[in-house]
Amino acid sequence: MEKNEKVLEIRHLSKDYGKGAILKDVSLDIHKGEVVVIIGPSGCGKSTLLRCMNGLESIQGGEILLDGNVITSGKTNWSLVRQKIGMVFQSYDLFPHLTVMDNILLGPLKVQKRDKKEVEKEALTLLKRVGLGEKTKAYPRELSGGQKQRVAIVRALIMHPEIMLFDEVTAALDPEMVREVLDVMLELARAGSTMAIVTHEMQFAEAVADRIVFIDGGEILETGTPEEFFKMPKTERARKFLDTFKF
Amino acid sequence: MDFEFILKHIPMYTEAAILTIKLGVMGILLSIIVGILCVLIQYYKVPIIRRIVSVYIELSRNTPLLVQLFFLYFGLPKMGIKISSEACAVIGLTFLGGSYMAESFRSGLESVDKIQTESALSLGLTKAKAMRYVILPQALSTSIPAICANVIFLIKETSVFSAVALADLMFVAKDLIGLYYKTDEALLMLVISYLIILLPASIFASYLERRLRYAGFGN
Ligand SMILES: Nc1ncnc2c1ncn2[C@@H]1O[C@H](COP(=O)(O)OP(=O)(O)OP(=O)(O)O)[C@@H](O)[C@H]1O
Ligand SMILES: [Mg+2]
Repeated sequence: MEKNEKVLEIRHLSKDYGKGAILKDVSLDIHKGEVVVIIGPSGCGKSTLLRCMNGLESIQGGEILLDGNVITSGKTNWSLVRQKIGMVFQSYDLFPHLTVMDNILLGPLKVQKRDKKEVEKEALTLLKRVGLGEKTKAYPRELSGGQKQRVAIVRALIMHPEIMLFDEVTAALDPEMVREVLDVMLELARAGSTMAIVTHEMQFAEAVADRIVFIDGGEILETGTPEEFFKMPKTERARKFLDTFKF
Repeated sequence: MDFEFILKHIPMYTEAAILTIKLGVMGILLSIIVGILCVLIQYYKVPIIRRIVSVYIELSRNTPLLVQLFFLYFGLPKMGIKISSEACAVIGLTFLGGSYMAESFRSGLESVDKIQTESALSLGLTKAKAMRYVILPQALSTSIPAICANVIFLIKETSVFSAVALADLMFVAKDLIGLYYKTDEALLMLVISYLIILLPASIFASYLERRLRYAGFGN
């Protein structure tokens, strides 16, 4: 497959909640196999941007395309689109009334109507890959934050999405659990997954990103390779932002 | 205390109790269905019907069952609609119970975090499937204590059924007192009959609540 194939295209996106713009004329392409890391100060619109990408937020201008098809025209079959766009949120969002295995099976069985045996096998393989092969029968309340997030990643992966969106998935974690989750994402990146990642972990961003996108005040101010961005940020605001991470 | 009298009239009470249970169970099941419908209409903000539901809930919660039954039994025939005593009782109980059930389900639904719907949707579930597989199961388990309380409340309310000429427990007791002046015996049997119906219901309810507390999913 061509590396230059665009999976997701965002064109002149604008978004507001009624009291001023949250995202202003945002354009961004994400190519197959590419890892785009979106960073920026708190409240700049990173989560909103990800949520627009899978239709959790309505948009006021511009358009978003998935595989070349506009998905923001109003007649979108979101169920179909969302199967191709996996998302993991900051807050632990596992379904508390279902076991780990049932959390993972819900999408494949109820949405994709796949064969239970086959999916169970795949689920177990994926769980083992993230170090949770023993936890199939556990309930979310019995897991640590880091384990929950790894399950949430597996639950999204098993749908075989074309792109994965991660919204600060380690932000609510205790420091000692951050690593185990980032490692899983790093492994996915190495395996060629297409990903859009919002994170405040700058070292991780530098390690995992093919491209860094810096947002402030709802606008994309900079995009570039990690080397460019972290060594020589072009804008004053990006420099200021990076300074807040230095001691 | 005339035990012979008591023994002799046990079958009468049993029959009346069965009628009470039968109508009560029907009314309660229908209340649950009406409650779920009302709460879904409100949850999805269905236009117009949603207003009707609000009016219904206010009407139902702010009028006594006895008045509702009188309206069904004596009022409706004047408008040319005649319904049997049993139907009156079931409709009346459902009219009353539906709003109470709706309120209980609503608090359950509101207890489920918005992120649960969003992560269900982001897996590609439709809104209906997200409701069925993710939201409702969590909402229901939160609602169960309130629903159990409603069930017991509604069983107690069945004691006004005699007002629409139904031979329920209350009716039998009043009848025996009128015929034989055995007030003590008749009332004792009435109390015991209701206890026999309500105690198991209460015990089952607290068992359910305990189970749910221990299951205590959520955080
Ligand atoms: N539902 C909403 N209604 C109104 N305003 C909102 C809503 N959600 C977010 N906002 C506003 O939109 C802006 C962007 O929010 P967003 O959550 O996208 O920021 P963020 O970059 O993800 O921040 P953080 O790093 O803190 O997660 C903020 O100013 C926020 O207050
Ligand atoms: Mg955010």
